Amino acid sequence: MSTNDIHIVVDDNGQVHRLTCRSGISVMEAIRNAGLPLEAACGGSLACATCHIILSEADYARVGAPSEDEEDMLDQAFGVTRTSRLGCQILLDPSLDGLGLRLPARS
Amino acid sequence: MSRKQEADIVIVGAGPVGLFAVFACGQLGMRCHVVDAFSEIGGQCIALYPEKPIYDIPGFPSVRGRELIARLREQAEPYHARFSLDSLAVGLRRDAQRLFVRTSKDEEILARAVIIVAGPGAFGPNRPPLAGIEALEGTSVHYWVRDPQTLRGKRIVIAGGGDSAVDWAIVLSDIAASVTLVHRRSKFRAPPASVNALMQLSGNKKVTLRVPYQVSALEAHERALKAVIIEDLDGERIRLEADVLLPFFGLSSDLSALSEFGLNLEAGAIRCDPLSMSTSVPGIFAAGDVASYPGKEKLLVTGFSEAAIAARSAFAFAYPEKPYHFQHSTDRGRPSASQVRQNV
Repeated sequence: MSTNDIHIVVDDNGQVHRLTCRSGISVMEAIRNAGLPLEAACGGSLACATCHIILSEADYARVGAPSEDEEDMLDQAFGVTRTSRLGCQILLDPSLDGLGLRLPARS
Repeated sequence: MSRKQEADIVIVGAGPVGLFAVFACGQLGMRCHVVDAFSEIGGQCIALYPEKPIYDIPGFPSVRGRELIARLREQAEPYHARFSLDSLAVGLRRDAQRLFVRTSKDEEILARAVIIVAGPGAFGPNRPPLAGIEALEGTSVHYWVRDPQTLRGKRIVIAGGGDSAVDWAIVLSDIAASVTLVHRRSKFRAPPASVNALMQLSGNKKVTLRVPYQVSALEAHERALKAVIIEDLDGERIRLEADVLLPFFGLSSDLSALSEFGLNLEAGAIRCDPLSMSTSVPGIFAAGDVASYPGKEKLLVTGFSEAAIAARSAFAFAYPEKPYHFQHSTDRGRPSASQVRQNV
């Protein structure tokens, strides 16, 4: 593990995964690199809402609110909460070590 | 009785890489038939981001999705590909020399090889993950409205916050028994004139706005919707009696239509050999976002390269007796229909 590595905790509908990832990649990439189910159809270009994730309240405060463009895309997501974000729009850096989030329920 | 078509190559997907595959095949003298699920040519560039500038196409410091597609069409045009739009490629059978691709419109296209350039998959409506929704599709749940008169006198719930949701709320307010528009926030993504019209209708009680709410469940009896349950951000629920639900959440894509092709599908992509772009099925090649291999970079420029490689491999598969004669496009001369079948 390099000093740039950080950890995030992903709750996939009850299954909790602790991921080690490189600082500088997005939350979406971290989740996909780990092989967890997150679609990311547009490849991180803010053109869909298939990497919708839900942060814990404390972590939402750390990460901050989405941009207006991201809010517009979140309109196409389901089960949106007050702490919803698109995973492609959150870049991981050491200040986000320990970030906790969950994947939305799938049909 | 299915309609028969014939081509050298069937291309599954009319996105940017599919259009370039038509060109690459044309350069090798092969004629293509392109199948796409969407109603328009252009794939994600048209369906998801027609107005977004793209900055990483060689030779184009900035080009919008719509313009890139127009240019690729123009480049492929001399090779006279046929297009089957609004059509999913759903079936594959083969005889000794040829493959037969069946579409959802009951067309059968006979070809010598297939190149799959399906991107993230076929576009369809973005279906809310609600229990029982599939059974109501076509009766009480509609993702588009073909004839608003069929909704006359109905109690309608519209879900979503974009142009479609706003425009249909306005149109149906005159026709339906009631229109309720459910959206997760108070802002609507529609032109100001439409939003103003919606607010007026809301003021006149012709449309009921429910914001911030999201649809959380459906109640139905024998394929007929009874009620839509909506929920706010605190989990407070309201039950709306309704005959019809119109969910407008844009498009989603998936590769399930290709399940009969026997491909090695993993994580929404087709495993292939990057040296030849061949898949696990002889005669089927892949290129673009749908093609996966170690070290894959999902870029348009990579997809174009893969299309050229897939075309060469498809040529070798389709015409094993023909030599593959490499030529630069500068030597082939101006692309024209006469090049097709010239060396085949």
